[in-house]
Amino acid sequence: MAERQSPLEPELHVGSHGNFEHGVEILLTETRPGSIVQLAAWPGEEKKLIAAIRGVTGLALPDGAGGGLSDGVKSVFGFAPGKFTVTDEAEGLAAAFAKPVTPAIGTVTDLSHGRTAIRIAGPKAEWVLSKFFAIDFALPAFPVGAGRSTTHHDVFAQIQRTGTDQFDIYVFRSFARSFWEALCHASEEVGYEVQ
Amino acid sequence: MLITCPYCGPRDVIEFTYQGDGNRERPDPASQNFEAWNAYVYDRLNPAGDHNEIWQHSGGCRAHLRVVRNTLTHEISSVAFVRGDHSSAARRKAEDKP
Ligand SMILES: [Zn+2]
Repeated sequence: MAERQSPLEPELHVGSHGNFEHGVEILLTETRPGSIVQLAAWPGEEKKLIAAIRGVTGLALPDGAGGGLSDGVKSVFGFAPGKFTVTDEAEGLAAAFAKPVTPAIGTVTDLSHGRTAIRIAGPKAEWVLSKFFAIDFALPAFPVGAGRSTTHHDVFAQIQRTGTDQFDIYVFRSFARSFWEALCHASEEVGYEVQ
Repeated sequence: MLITCPYCGPRDVIEFTYQGDGNRERPDPASQNFEAWNAYVYDRLNPAGDHNEIWQHSGGCRAHLRVVRNTLTHEISSVAFVRGDHSSAARRKAEDKP
Protein backbone atom coordinates (compact mmCIF):
# COMPACT_ATOMS: atom_id res chain seq x y z
CA MET A 1 0.00 0.00 0.00
CA ALA A 2 1.09 3.56 -0.59
CA GLU A 3 2.73 5.21 2.39
CA ARG A 4 0.33 7.60 4.03
CA GLN A 5 1.30 11.13 4.92
CA SER A 6 -0.21 12.82 7.93
CA PRO A 7 -2.50 15.76 7.14
CA LEU A 8 -1.47 17.19 10.53
CA GLU A 9 2.23 17.27 9.81
CA PRO A 10 2.81 21.02 9.30
CA GLU A 11 0.97 21.70 12.59
CA LEU A 12 2.14 18.69 14.62
CA HIS A 13 4.77 20.02 17.01
CA VAL A 14 6.04 17.34 19.38
CA GLY A 15 6.66 18.62 22.92
CA SER A 16 4.91 20.50 25.71
CA HIS A 17 2.86 23.61 25.00
CA GLY A 18 0.62 26.16 26.60
CA ASN A 19 0.26 26.59 30.33
CA PHE A 20 2.29 23.53 31.40
CA GLU A 21 4.36 24.98 34.28
CA HIS A 22 2.37 22.85 36.74
CA GLY A 23 2.46 19.77 34.48
CA VAL A 24 0.63 18.83 31.29
CA GLU A 25 -2.97 17.73 31.72
CA ILE A 26 -3.64 16.76 28.09
CA LEU A 27 -1.79 14.40 25.75
CA LEU A 28 -2.51 14.71 22.02
CA THR A 29 -1.48 12.05 19.50
CA GLU A 30 -2.33 11.00 16.00
CA THR A 31 -2.91 7.26 16.33
CA ARG A 32 -2.64 6.49 12.59
CA PRO A 33 -4.53 3.17 12.48
CA GLY A 34 -3.72 1.08 9.40
CA SER A 35 -7.42 0.40 8.80
CA ILE A 36 -10.58 2.44 9.37
CA VAL A 37 -13.65 0.65 8.03
CA GLN A 38 -17.33 1.52 8.13
CA LEU A 39 -19.85 -1.35 8.12
CA ALA A 40 -23.58 -1.02 7.54
CA ALA A 41 -26.23 -3.74 7.86
CA TRP A 42 -29.41 -3.82 5.83
CA PRO A 43 -32.51 -3.65 8.08
CA GLY A 44 -32.91 -6.94 9.93
CA GLU A 45 -29.34 -8.10 9.19
CA GLU A 46 -27.69 -6.37 12.17
CA LYS A 47 -27.08 -9.56 14.18
CA LYS A 48 -25.28 -11.21 11.24
CA LEU A 49 -23.07 -8.15 10.82
CA ILE A 50 -22.25 -8.12 14.54
CA ALA A 51 -21.32 -11.83 14.23
CA ALA A 52 -19.05 -11.00 11.26
CA ILE A 53 -17.33 -8.28 13.33
CA ARG A 54 -16.72 -10.82 16.07
CA GLY A 55 -15.39 -13.34 13.55
CA VAL A 56 -12.90 -10.92 11.99
CA THR A 57 -11.78 -8.92 15.05
CA GLY A 58 -12.57 -11.19 18.00
CA LEU A 59 -14.46 -8.25 19.54
CA ALA A 60 -17.98 -8.99 20.86
CA LEU A 61 -20.08 -5.81 20.57
CA PRO A 62 -22.20 -5.05 23.62
CA ASP A 63 -25.93 -4.58 23.06
CA GLY A 64 -27.38 -1.11 22.65
CA ALA A 65 -26.91 2.07 20.67
CA GLY A 66 -23.38 3.45 20.52
CA GLY A 67 -21.98 0.34 22.23
CA GLY A 68 -18.38 -0.58 21.55
CA LEU A 69 -15.07 -1.84 22.84
CA SER A 70 -11.36 -1.80 22.15
CA ASP A 71 -8.55 -4.25 22.86
CA GLY A 72 -5.88 -1.62 22.29
CA VAL A 73 -5.14 -2.87 18.76
CA LYS A 74 -8.59 -3.23 17.24
CA SER A 75 -11.62 -1.10 18.10
CA VAL A 76 -15.29 -1.17 17.19
CA PHE A 77 -18.30 0.99 18.05
CA GLY A 78 -21.81 1.68 16.76
CA PHE A 79 -22.33 5.18 15.40
CA ALA A 80 -25.82 4.89 13.86
CA PRO A 81 -28.62 2.29 13.66
CA GLY A 82 -27.05 -0.83 12.14
CA LYS A 83 -23.77 0.97 11.39
CA PHE A 84 -20.35 0.44 12.93
CA THR A 85 -16.82 1.83 12.71
CA VAL A 86 -14.02 -0.74 13.03
CA THR A 87 -10.33 0.14 13.24
CA ASP A 88 -7.14 -1.89 13.36
CA GLU A 89 -3.49 -0.93 13.79
CA ALA A 90 -2.78 -3.22 10.83
CA GLU A 91 -3.84 -2.63 7.23
CA GLY A 92 -6.18 -4.95 5.34
CA LEU A 93 -9.32 -4.85 7.51
CA ALA A 94 -11.65 -4.00 4.61
CA ALA A 95 -10.38 -7.00 2.66
CA ALA A 96 -10.91 -9.23 5.71
CA PHE A 97 -14.57 -8.10 5.92
CA ALA A 98 -15.27 -8.46 2.20
CA LYS A 99 -16.03 -12.17 2.49
CA PRO A 100 -18.09 -12.49 5.70
CA VAL A 101 -20.11 -9.31 5.02
CA THR A 102 -21.95 -10.63 1.97
CA PRO A 103 -24.02 -8.27 -0.22
CA ALA A 104 -27.13 -9.75 1.45
CA ILE A 105 -25.92 -8.67 4.91
CA GLY A 106 -24.64 -5.17 4.27
CA THR A 107 -21.82 -2.99 3.00
CA VAL A 108 -18.12 -2.43 3.74
CA THR A 109 -16.59 1.02 3.16
CA ASP A 110 -12.84 1.46 3.50
CA LEU A 111 -12.17 4.88 5.06
CA SER A 112 -8.53 4.22 6.03
CA HIS A 113 -7.35 7.12 3.87
CA GLY A 114 -10.45 9.25 4.41
CA ARG A 115 -10.37 9.76 8.17
CA THR A 116 -7.76 10.98 10.61
CA ALA A 117 -7.68 9.54 14.12
CA ILE A 118 -6.72 11.88 16.96
CA ARG A 119 -6.34 10.70 20.56
CA ILE A 120 -6.89 13.08 23.44
CA ALA A 121 -5.93 11.75 26.86
CA GLY A 122 -5.38 13.09 30.34
CA PRO A 123 -7.30 14.35 33.37
CA LYS A 124 -8.67 17.36 31.44
CA ALA A 125 -9.79 15.43 28.32
CA GLU A 126 -13.49 15.67 29.23
CA TRP A 127 -13.07 19.37 30.01
CA VAL A 128 -11.42 20.21 26.68
CA LEU A 129 -13.84 18.13 24.59
CA SER A 130 -16.81 19.77 26.33
CA LYS A 131 -15.73 23.05 24.70
CA PHE A 132 -16.23 21.45 21.27
CA PHE A 133 -19.19 19.12 21.45
CA ALA A 134 -22.64 19.53 23.03
CA ILE A 135 -22.72 16.00 24.41
CA ASP A 136 -22.29 14.54 27.89
CA PHE A 137 -18.71 13.30 28.36
CA ALA A 138 -19.18 12.17 31.98
CA LEU A 139 -18.27 8.52 32.48
CA PRO A 140 -21.77 7.28 33.45
CA ALA A 141 -23.28 8.86 30.30
CA PHE A 142 -20.39 7.94 28.01
CA PRO A 143 -18.88 4.66 29.21
CA VAL A 144 -15.49 3.25 28.17
CA GLY A 145 -15.72 1.61 24.74
CA ALA A 146 -18.85 3.51 23.67
CA GLY A 147 -19.02 5.63 20.51
CA ARG A 148 -20.81 8.88 19.66
CA SER A 149 -21.53 10.70 16.38
CA THR A 150 -21.60 14.45 16.70
CA THR A 151 -20.46 17.69 15.05
CA HIS A 152 -18.20 20.63 15.76
CA HIS A 153 -19.05 23.59 13.52
CA ASP A 154 -20.17 21.26 10.72
CA VAL A 155 -17.06 19.11 11.10
CA PHE A 156 -18.55 15.68 11.60
CA ALA A 157 -16.80 13.65 14.28
CA GLN A 158 -17.02 10.11 15.59
CA ILE A 159 -15.73 9.77 19.13
CA GLN A 160 -14.90 6.56 20.99
CA ARG A 161 -13.98 6.55 24.65
CA THR A 162 -11.01 4.17 24.86
CA GLY A 163 -10.18 4.84 28.51
CA THR A 164 -11.49 6.65 31.59
CA ASP A 165 -9.46 9.70 30.55
CA GLN A 166 -8.99 8.91 26.86
CA PHE A 167 -10.98 9.55 23.68
CA ASP A 168 -10.25 8.68 20.03
CA ILE A 169 -11.75 11.17 17.58
CA TYR A 170 -12.25 10.35 13.88
CA VAL A 171 -12.61 13.39 11.62
CA PHE A 172 -12.59 13.87 7.86
CA ARG A 173 -8.99 13.94 6.68
CA SER A 174 -9.55 17.24 4.84
CA PHE A 175 -10.77 18.93 8.06
CA ALA A 176 -8.24 17.22 10.32
CA ARG A 177 -5.57 19.94 10.38
CA SER A 178 -7.93 22.76 11.31
CA PHE A 179 -9.61 20.55 13.90
CA TRP A 180 -6.18 19.65 15.32
CA GLU A 181 -5.22 23.31 15.56
CA ALA A 182 -8.47 24.07 17.38
CA LEU A 183 -7.82 21.17 19.75
CA CYS A 184 -4.34 22.54 20.51
CA HIS A 185 -5.73 26.02 21.19
CA ALA A 186 -8.42 24.59 23.47
CA SER A 187 -5.78 22.61 25.41
CA GLU A 188 -3.45 25.58 25.96
CA GLU A 189 -5.04 26.72 29.23
CA VAL A 190 -4.39 23.36 30.94
CA GLY A 191 -1.02 22.60 29.32
CA TYR A 192 -0.70 19.89 26.69
CA GLU A 193 1.91 17.62 25.24
CA VAL A 194 2.01 16.42 21.65
CA GLN A 195 3.57 12.96 21.32
CA MET B 1 -34.26 23.09 22.00
CA LEU B 2 -33.25 19.48 22.55
CA ILE B 3 -34.38 16.55 20.42
CA THR B 4 -33.97 13.12 21.96
CA CYS B 5 -32.75 10.96 19.09
CA PRO B 6 -33.83 7.32 19.62
CA TYR B 7 -30.25 6.29 18.82
CA CYS B 8 -28.05 9.10 20.17
CA GLY B 9 -30.06 10.43 23.10
CA PRO B 10 -30.73 14.14 23.80
CA ARG B 11 -28.91 16.44 21.38
CA ASP B 12 -28.96 20.15 20.63
CA VAL B 13 -31.16 21.25 17.74
CA ILE B 14 -28.07 22.45 15.81
CA GLU B 15 -27.28 18.79 15.07
CA PHE B 16 -30.61 18.34 13.26
CA THR B 17 -31.99 19.39 9.88
CA TYR B 18 -35.70 20.04 9.36
CA GLN B 19 -36.98 17.90 6.51
CA GLY B 20 -40.48 19.28 6.33
CA ASP B 21 -44.07 18.69 7.29
CA GLY B 22 -44.69 15.07 8.34
CA ASN B 23 -48.36 15.18 7.34
CA ARG B 24 -47.77 15.33 3.60
CA GLU B 25 -48.69 12.34 1.51
CA ARG B 26 -46.82 12.08 -1.75
CA PRO B 27 -49.06 11.02 -4.66
CA ASP B 28 -47.97 8.11 -6.84
CA PRO B 29 -45.18 9.47 -9.11
CA ALA B 30 -47.28 8.48 -12.15
CA SER B 31 -50.34 10.30 -10.83
CA GLN B 32 -51.85 13.05 -13.01
CA ASN B 33 -54.09 14.22 -10.19
CA PHE B 34 -53.08 17.88 -10.08
CA GLU B 35 -55.16 18.60 -7.00
CA ALA B 36 -53.33 15.86 -5.10
CA TRP B 37 -49.97 17.23 -6.25
CA ASN B 38 -51.01 20.76 -5.37
CA ALA B 39 -52.03 19.62 -1.91
CA TYR B 40 -48.73 17.76 -1.47
CA VAL B 41 -46.66 20.79 -2.41
CA TYR B 42 -48.66 23.66 -0.90
CA ASP B 43 -51.32 22.63 1.61
CA ARG B 44 -50.16 22.90 5.22
CA LEU B 45 -52.12 22.55 8.43
CA ASN B 46 -50.13 25.28 10.22
CA PRO B 47 -51.44 24.23 13.65
CA ALA B 48 -51.01 26.19 16.87
CA GLY B 49 -50.03 23.13 18.89
CA ASP B 50 -48.74 19.64 18.15
CA HIS B 51 -47.28 19.26 14.65
CA ASN B 52 -45.98 16.14 12.89
CA GLU B 53 -42.53 16.84 11.46
CA ILE B 54 -39.67 15.02 9.76
CA TRP B 55 -36.18 15.82 11.03
CA GLN B 56 -32.82 14.31 10.15
CA HIS B 57 -30.10 13.88 12.76
CA SER B 58 -27.67 15.13 10.13
CA GLY B 59 -24.93 16.02 12.62
CA GLY B 60 -25.16 12.68 14.40
CA CYS B 61 -26.38 9.23 13.39
CA ARG B 62 -28.00 10.68 10.23
CA ALA B 63 -31.27 8.80 10.85
CA HIS B 64 -34.53 10.38 9.66
CA LEU B 65 -36.94 10.95 12.52
CA ARG B 66 -40.66 11.43 12.98
CA VAL B 67 -41.01 14.21 15.54
CA VAL B 68 -44.11 15.71 17.18
CA ARG B 69 -43.29 19.30 18.15
CA ASN B 70 -45.59 21.82 19.76
CA THR B 71 -45.43 24.98 17.65
CA LEU B 72 -46.38 27.16 20.64
CA THR B 73 -43.98 25.79 23.26
CA HIS B 74 -41.36 23.86 21.20
CA GLU B 75 -42.07 20.93 23.49
CA ILE B 76 -41.25 17.65 21.76
CA SER B 77 -43.68 14.94 22.76
CA SER B 78 -42.46 12.07 20.59
CA VAL B 79 -39.49 11.04 18.43
CA ALA B 80 -39.26 7.82 16.39
CA PHE B 81 -37.30 6.45 13.44
CA VAL B 82 -39.09 7.18 10.15
CA ARG B 83 -38.07 3.74 8.92
CA GLY B 84 -39.80 2.09 11.85
CA ASP B 85 -38.40 0.02 14.63
CA HIS B 86 -34.82 -1.19 14.60
CA SER B 87 -33.33 -4.29 16.17
CA SER B 88 -32.23 -4.18 19.79
CA ALA B 89 -28.66 -3.61 18.59
CA ALA B 90 -29.74 -0.30 17.09
CA ARG B 91 -31.87 1.00 19.91
CA ARG B 92 -30.80 2.85 23.01
CA LYS B 93 -30.83 0.76 26.12
CA ALA B 94 -33.40 1.81 28.70
CA GLU B 95 -30.70 2.67 31.27
CA ASP B 96 -29.01 5.00 28.77
CA LYS B 97 -32.07 7.20 28.60
CA PRO B 98 -31.84 10.56 30.35
ZN1 LIG C 1 -29.05 10.31 16.18
